[in-house]
Amino acid sequence: MYETALFGRLTLSAIPYTNPIIMSAVGFSAVLGALILGWITRQGHWGYLWKEWLTSVDHKRIGVMYLILAAIMLLRGFADALLMRFQQAFSEGAAHGFLPPEHYNQIFSAHGTIMIIFVAMPFFIGLMNVVVPLQIGARDVAFPFLNSVSFWMTAASAALVMVSLAVGDFSQAGWTGYPPLSETQFSPGPGVDYWIWSLQLGGVGTLLTGVNFFVTILKMRAPGMSLMKMPVFTWTILVTTVLIMLSFPVLTVTLLLLTLDRYLDMHFFTNGMGGNQMMFPNLLWIWGHPEVYIVLLPAFGMFSEVVSTFSRKKLFGYKSMVYATIAIAFLSFVVWLHHFFTMGAGADVNAFFGIATGVIAIPTGVKIFNWLFTMYRGRIEFTTPMLWTIGFIVTFAIGGMTGVLLSVPGADFVLHNSEFLVAHFHNTLIGGVLFGYFAGFSYWFPKMFGFQLDEKWGRRAFWAWLVGFYLAFMPLYALGFMGMSRRMVHYDNPAWQPYLLVALAGALVIAYGIFCQIVQLAVSIRNREALRDATGDIWNSHSLEWAVSSPPPFYNFAKIPHVDALDQFAYMKENGINHRAEAPFAPIHMPRNTGVGVVMGAITFVFGFAIIWHMWWIVMASSLAMVATVIYRASDEDVDYMLSAEEVARIESGGSASTAGGSSYLAGHELITQG
Amino acid sequence: MDPKGPVAADEKHLIFTALGLMLIVVIPVIIMTFAFAWKYRAGNKNATYTPKWEHSHAIELVVWTIPTVIIIMLGTIVWKSTHALTPEKPIASSVKPLVIEAVAMDWKWLFIYPEQGVATVNRLVIPAKTPITFHITSDTVMNSFFIPRLGSQIYAMAGMQTELNLLADKPGTYHGLNTQFSGEGFTSMHFSVHATYPQDFQDWVAQTKTGGNMLDAARFRKLETPDEPAAPILFSAVQPGLFQSILRKFAGGHEMSASNQNSVSLAQAQK
Amino acid sequence: MSATITSAATLQPDHAHHDHGHDAKENAVFGFWVYLMTDCILFASLFATYAVMRHSYAGGPTGNELFDLRYVFVETMFLLFSSFSNGFAMISLHRGARSATLKWLLLTALLGLGFVGMEVHEFRHLVMEGNGPDRSGFLSAFFSLVGTHGAHVSVGLIWMSVMMWQLFAKGITPAITSRLLRLSLFWHFLDIVWIVVFTVVYLMGVL
Repeated sequence: MYETALFGRLTLSAIPYTNPIIMSAVGFSAVLGALILGWITRQGHWGYLWKEWLTSVDHKRIGVMYLILAAIMLLRGFADALLMRFQQAFSEGAAHGFLPPEHYNQIFSAHGTIMIIFVAMPFFIGLMNVVVPLQIGARDVAFPFLNSVSFWMTAASAALVMVSLAVGDFSQAGWTGYPPLSETQFSPGPGVDYWIWSLQLGGVGTLLTGVNFFVTILKMRAPGMSLMKMPVFTWTILVTTVLIMLSFPVLTVTLLLLTLDRYLDMHFFTNGMGGNQMMFPNLLWIWGHPEVYIVLLPAFGMFSEVVSTFSRKKLFGYKSMVYATIAIAFLSFVVWLHHFFTMGAGADVNAFFGIATGVIAIPTGVKIFNWLFTMYRGRIEFTTPMLWTIGFIVTFAIGGMTGVLLSVPGADFVLHNSEFLVAHFHNTLIGGVLFGYFAGFSYWFPKMFGFQLDEKWGRRAFWAWLVGFYLAFMPLYALGFMGMSRRMVHYDNPAWQPYLLVALAGALVIAYGIFCQIVQLAVSIRNREALRDATGDIWNSHSLEWAVSSPPPFYNFAKIPHVDALDQFAYMKENGINHRAEAPFAPIHMPRNTGVGVVMGAITFVFGFAIIWHMWWIVMASSLAMVATVIYRASDEDVDYMLSAEEVARIESGGSASTAGGSSYLAGHELITQG
Repeated sequence: MDPKGPVAADEKHLIFTALGLMLIVVIPVIIMTFAFAWKYRAGNKNATYTPKWEHSHAIELVVWTIPTVIIIMLGTIVWKSTHALTPEKPIASSVKPLVIEAVAMDWKWLFIYPEQGVATVNRLVIPAKTPITFHITSDTVMNSFFIPRLGSQIYAMAGMQTELNLLADKPGTYHGLNTQFSGEGFTSMHFSVHATYPQDFQDWVAQTKTGGNMLDAARFRKLETPDEPAAPILFSAVQPGLFQSILRKFAGGHEMSASNQNSVSLAQAQK
Repeated sequence: MSATITSAATLQPDHAHHDHGHDAKENAVFGFWVYLMTDCILFASLFATYAVMRHSYAGGPTGNELFDLRYVFVETMFLLFSSFSNGFAMISLHRGARSATLKWLLLTALLGLGFVGMEVHEFRHLVMEGNGPDRSGFLSAFFSLVGTHGAHVSVGLIWMSVMMWQLFAKGITPAITSRLLRLSLFWHFLDIVWIVVFTVVYLMGVL
């Protein structure tokens, strides 16, 4: 491969001029980006944006930024999905659709990578960031600066994926990148490297987040909040952080080994020379299976909060829920082989993993029943979050069922890598994970922004997603039984086409659902005064995050509450305990905002881009820059400050209305200038 | 879902059994979801409302026990069926198994009939009612050998041999494919499977042997060029031990005999 | 709740909030322990890889043919003694003896540098002989496991130099104490990992 000293392997031909679809996508994104950046500049918001958001170490702000990242990547990932659906609906027999294989292969690889790593992960990490410290009565996470770094590394990794659209290719080896296909011999271009580095660098950010929240939950709970008095969402997050900490290092090593094969000609997974390609699926899925529970358990936590609130009833079987969550987490580490029963491990091994996988259905089933019994004898209000939850219970039950079906090795032998599999994991990821996140997002939106989302558009979005999902994926179950395998750009069986057309229709209905969600945001922002949450407790909920205003003051609690019960806030309301802090106030120790996280993110992006394109001098320079930045930060002593008691009093008595000078959302936020 | 062989038939039966077991839980769940949502909706003031009720030993016992029982049943089925259906298990039959060597290539399947001394690309002809033992490997990336109507699939990996046993009940034409994405020509990796009467199979072998198309090392190297053949190819003769040499090419073991230098340098030349 | 704080006078740097600061330091150390556990998983994955590939010689040399146990023994002593000196550094730190701490840290760093130097020399020698990580799966696994450990030690050395400079420039402060505590945890952790590497790779490779 041709390499220059200055530009590595990067040449102008890396930009896909000849591909109209890609160029229009790039053009569209560029124009959209320019419009947004232009608007910000014209309105003079850069100062505000930089000081209040980009450099923020406030978990609530970082959380919102994660959510924005997830939303952007959802649009990109969904665009990929639409392209695939269009292609498959019209590529039977003599017709070959409009996407050549090289392009289609990149699309499905990007789609999977983006949806799991850059939509699902940031989505729950965003909600977790906003909610967990508030739920445990803390003022921030244990390591606020690290939190900022994690976010910016994740954003940098997402940027690498996006850039791969315009410069070079993305991987064509699927989101799991099995070798030998992902080795240099069979994938010589930068595609697999884009995949490797975006996962690797994003993975570091996630690992740090896992450590951060693990320490936060264990060490920073309000006095009196024993583990069994924690809100159930916090429990699911605690367990999730353990999963993150135990599984992500394995991903780091897996990607490292493939990197060494590709960059330094090593032989971990190559054909021959002692390479062992079977090791890759093993290592990958030891991370990969816990990963799906990493995205799923927070969704379960969100459902628990939502079901309890909107059934106006305490969550049924709290202890059971906790134990079931822990059981699921533990079991998620002993099932990885079910992703490759067909690799030939032998009956004993296959059977063991098959049975272990089936066993996970038990605690999961317990959870579903507990939610149902929370609804039982409650007073259910069908708000949007509750609709998502009910849609989830039904849909996820089906998805879980097909999962157990696949866990039977004999069945998997005919269903592996088929559209049945694709249907199963979308069933659980959309019906379980995404519906959960949507429920959580609508539930906590008022807390984040001080006004709720428009219900009418929310309901439309829900129904569109629900109907669209079934239309898009139920045909795929049938196709699996009819022998269609996954990742096919073209096929020769006319019997399959009608199903794929229905699936396309489903995807378009989902597109309408996403459209409704965008409209919902716009309408809600426009009508925010009418939708305002004046009390901080718009849903009459039970946990501490609702005891503060919406949005909360930047220090969360003027006084750290003392916790006496599970569902502490409900307890306080019932017993007439005033949850609004009163004078006298004490000074509060707060961390300073800093641009170092942003800088580290930028360096991460540069490093990633440079190493993908073999621009070694930039790799060296950016590595040195990173080290220098770390040392700079370590030498910086001015990283925090004290908020005086008078300031706290002033903020607390400010009331929940926005300040004089405007009803704009922007004015409703504290503007902290660094001293 | 229309099995034509005992392996596939067993697997179909297995799928429906497992499905049935799961539905014992799933159908009540779905019914309860709608029933509870409707009965306990806020507008229904007649329904009992117990906001503090959040625990019941009886219910806990039931929701932990019933799924556990079902999973124990399923687990037993899994253990038994996994052993019964494991790909390398020979199929019980009075007929002597036919050995076929399958090699996944970019982007086609090569089938070698070692006993008969013929080979084909993308066309698999087999005698019906005869157990077939496939020895499978790959000359390239990871593939998965699959004939849906006849049963299980198994991965094809370079340097390694996997084994799959299948049988076709009756004569017929079926479809075979690769399910493990293998690159640009992935969707071309399908082949036709012709199960014939045993006598017709012998005739086919005899006829193929008259073709005058030899699969030797040189011809094999040509096959290794990545392409997507439009039509099946038939070889009237095969170099003995070809499959073994393909295996040995990648097995990074201690043995590196001189006769393999050709193949080794070929592999390296491809890098 | 909504107010504009622009007066710099109300924002004072934190000097006196001992309790909160103390908690934060404890959390930092705890958090670092937790991070070390994740690093454990990282090494465990590398060990598992090595275990799978330990006989994938691809016709190339085996560990027995390549490893020089005496050389590795000396290397190990460098690292082990550096842990000792690190321990003495921490004792001096707790006694508040700045220059003693600096001297022990310097010794630790030099011994650590000796370890890394010997490892780089070993690697270079292997590569020059044609037995680099591209020779076989076994050697890929060897180089990456031992090399990752060496990379961690090197990062530790950079960290140590920065700490020595900070100690020199600012004296013993609570922040610096906390960081040195974490560094020494890191250093001892790497020592323990090396013991396992030494046993699994070198000893078991030769014996």
